[in-house]
Amino acid sequence: MINFTQDAGFGLRGRNKSEKRFQWAGRGAIAISLAFLVIMFFSIISTGLGALQQSQIAVTVDLSAEEVDPENVGDTSFNSLLKKSLRNAFPEVESRKDKKRLYGLVSTEAAFEIERQITQDPSLLGGPQTLWVTASDDADLYISGQVDTDLPEKQRRVSDAEIALLDKLMASGAARETFNKGFFTSGDSREPEIAGILSALMGSFLTLLVCFVLSFPLGIGAAIYLEEFAPKNRMSDLIEVNINNLAAVPSIVFGLLGLAIFLGYLGLPRSTPLVGGMVLALMTLPTIIIASRAALRSVPPSFKEAALALGATPVQAVFHHVVPVAMPGMLTGAIVGMAQALGETAPLLMIGMVAFIVDVPTSVLEPATALPVQIFLWADAPERAFTEKTAAAIIVLLTFLILMNLIAILLRRKLETRF
Amino acid sequence: MSVRLKTLAATTVLTTALAAPAIARDQINIVGSSTVFPFSTTVAERFGKSTDFKTPIVESTGSGGGLKLFCSGAGVDTPDITNASRRIKSSEVALCAENGVNDIVEVKIGFDGIVLANAIAGEPVELSLRDIFLALAKDVPNGEGALQPNPYKMWNEINPDLPAVKIEVLGPPPTSGTRDAFAELALEGGCKTFDWIKAMKKEDKSAYKSVCHTVREDGAYIEAGENDNLIVQKLEANPDAFGVFGYSFLEQNSDKVQGSLVDGVAPEFELIADGDYPIARSLYFYVKKDHVGVVPGIEEFLAEFTSEDAWGEDGYLADKGLIPLSDDERDDWADKVKSLTNLSM
Repeated sequence: MINFTQDAGFGLRGRNKSEKRFQWAGRGAIAISLAFLVIMFFSIISTGLGALQQSQIAVTVDLSAEEVDPENVGDTSFNSLLKKSLRNAFPEVESRKDKKRLYGLVSTEAAFEIERQITQDPSLLGGPQTLWVTASDDADLYISGQVDTDLPEKQRRVSDAEIALLDKLMASGAARETFNKGFFTSGDSREPEIAGILSALMGSFLTLLVCFVLSFPLGIGAAIYLEEFAPKNRMSDLIEVNINNLAAVPSIVFGLLGLAIFLGYLGLPRSTPLVGGMVLALMTLPTIIIASRAALRSVPPSFKEAALALGATPVQAVFHHVVPVAMPGMLTGAIVGMAQALGETAPLLMIGMVAFIVDVPTSVLEPATALPVQIFLWADAPERAFTEKTAAAIIVLLTFLILMNLIAILLRRKLETRF
Repeated sequence: MSVRLKTLAATTVLTTALAAPAIARDQINIVGSSTVFPFSTTVAERFGKSTDFKTPIVESTGSGGGLKLFCSGAGVDTPDITNASRRIKSSEVALCAENGVNDIVEVKIGFDGIVLANAIAGEPVELSLRDIFLALAKDVPNGEGALQPNPYKMWNEINPDLPAVKIEVLGPPPTSGTRDAFAELALEGGCKTFDWIKAMKKEDKSAYKSVCHTVREDGAYIEAGENDNLIVQKLEANPDAFGVFGYSFLEQNSDKVQGSLVDGVAPEFELIADGDYPIARSLYFYVKKDHVGVVPGIEEFLAEFTSEDAWGEDGYLADKGLIPLSDDERDDWADKVKSLTNLSM
């Protein structure tokens, strides 16, 4: 038997040491995971920031009445007009191959950009005007200094001839880098320099809207019934086990279900946020139900009992006294579920949302794609300039995820009552 | 009406409303191969910008998945066009016919070279198809007219001219069309150089195919996923490894990787176009004739795709890495498209 008064300090040093060791091991674990997080953020942000800058090239276009009919601006071939002004800027370029290189310095969108600038400001018409147009992806890589000129010409995307042209443009101040507004205001494109995320962002928003409208009422309805009204028997146990299982089902399975039922049986249109939202709603339902039940369970039973004692019906007791107190917890669960749904690609693959969609969707019945899908598609594209677009899209997705989780935390902090 | 009946009625109305047949589409729907995806989307985007039609939707489902969707029915709720990095199979034509899709227009759009590349930091090599077969097949001839499990660990064991480095090749998984084409063109190409294996083709076609198409599974061939950018990154990190991917990725990453010469021919644009480079496959798309005139813009889209501006030698698809067909072949296919000639196997 140990004599406690005498041996109060038995092995104290050893025990203290093991305490210290454990604490340091814990700190080490946190430090390592933080380091990974920092590395991930650093690599994504340092690559992605490049996408916020877009190179432009100034071209002097002859917009006199001979070239552009002020009455019928749409009839003009802005493409040949643009080529002509590029040739004028570089009279020394003669061979067909070199001319092709020269035209390749500006984006294929450039002719449309000139047309748009004129429609916005018709006063440009009447004489030569210097307009800024988007540079092509390869020119952009050079202007932003991402081309290693020490490499042999064959190993570079940008040839010596193109570098000579670009150097001349840069020396004369006809090349600049500006904030890439287009990235946030335009849809997808095969040309990296004009590709934007607005269509994917709208698609994600519409999909989540459908998902929320469907899964939130259903989820909390199911949770309230199961927690407060359902008889506790074998059947309700079975349901509970199944809901918990459903939360762990791989998301692609929900996609297959959507393909079979929503597209196959109900004949809903493919690639639309409506179907995407319905599939994601199935996926988020278990998360919402489980979180809502936990929130309801944390409300002290005395609330309900007091209401019942004063003559309220069970439904009144629950809806007037229990649900309002549990609401912040339920909302938190819903937001966490939405954040999960925002990051999903696999179920969307099956219902045709992994697609190239240029037009920005305006309703849930128009074809759309989603943010993580856009990242997936860009990561797979051969063009080098898509690398930074991919990283930039990841930054946007991460920002939304962080915001949603932040809202969830704030809601819990602000509204939750502790008992 | 009691509350319960009301709910029931509401549910019924909702379900019927949802089950209403899909409305007529005003947008072309394209599915299929991820290899053709960059080209198809480029044409779709230009088509949407230069005409009053809506930009077609292009889904990347893989060649097999695309044909399955395409052949699932003739209604407007099925895709109008499917892209394929291989020719349609007779079994797929049969599936189409079974589901009422009888009139299909075939369009061959160009070639895609498959390259074997390593990092710039590594040694440039010259391989023959036979070297590739011996390096990557599961079973190889043992020199006495029989097969043995692939014993080669180093490139110089196969061919003394090759560097003394470990055989390590990163490539697409079996689900990929690129892998199928690589097995058919490169492995089988090398396999056929052994006369006794070639003789097997007549006697036992399936045995011949299994010898020539089966890739070794002892770790020398590493399945690196469908993302070719990832393979390029891995090659950069490991100068001893080789990667198998499409020509457009070599072109875009020429500062990081170099293509190996195959049978003495470099994987270069002109050489693939002339048919000198041995590992090049044809790319196709298939159009549902019943939808022409029903879904607006299909004829115009086909005209755009088959215009010199798009698939010509100096067209914008060539800039994206598509290797154009010869002039005669382009004329030929463009005529077939114009007259909407049915597919003949």
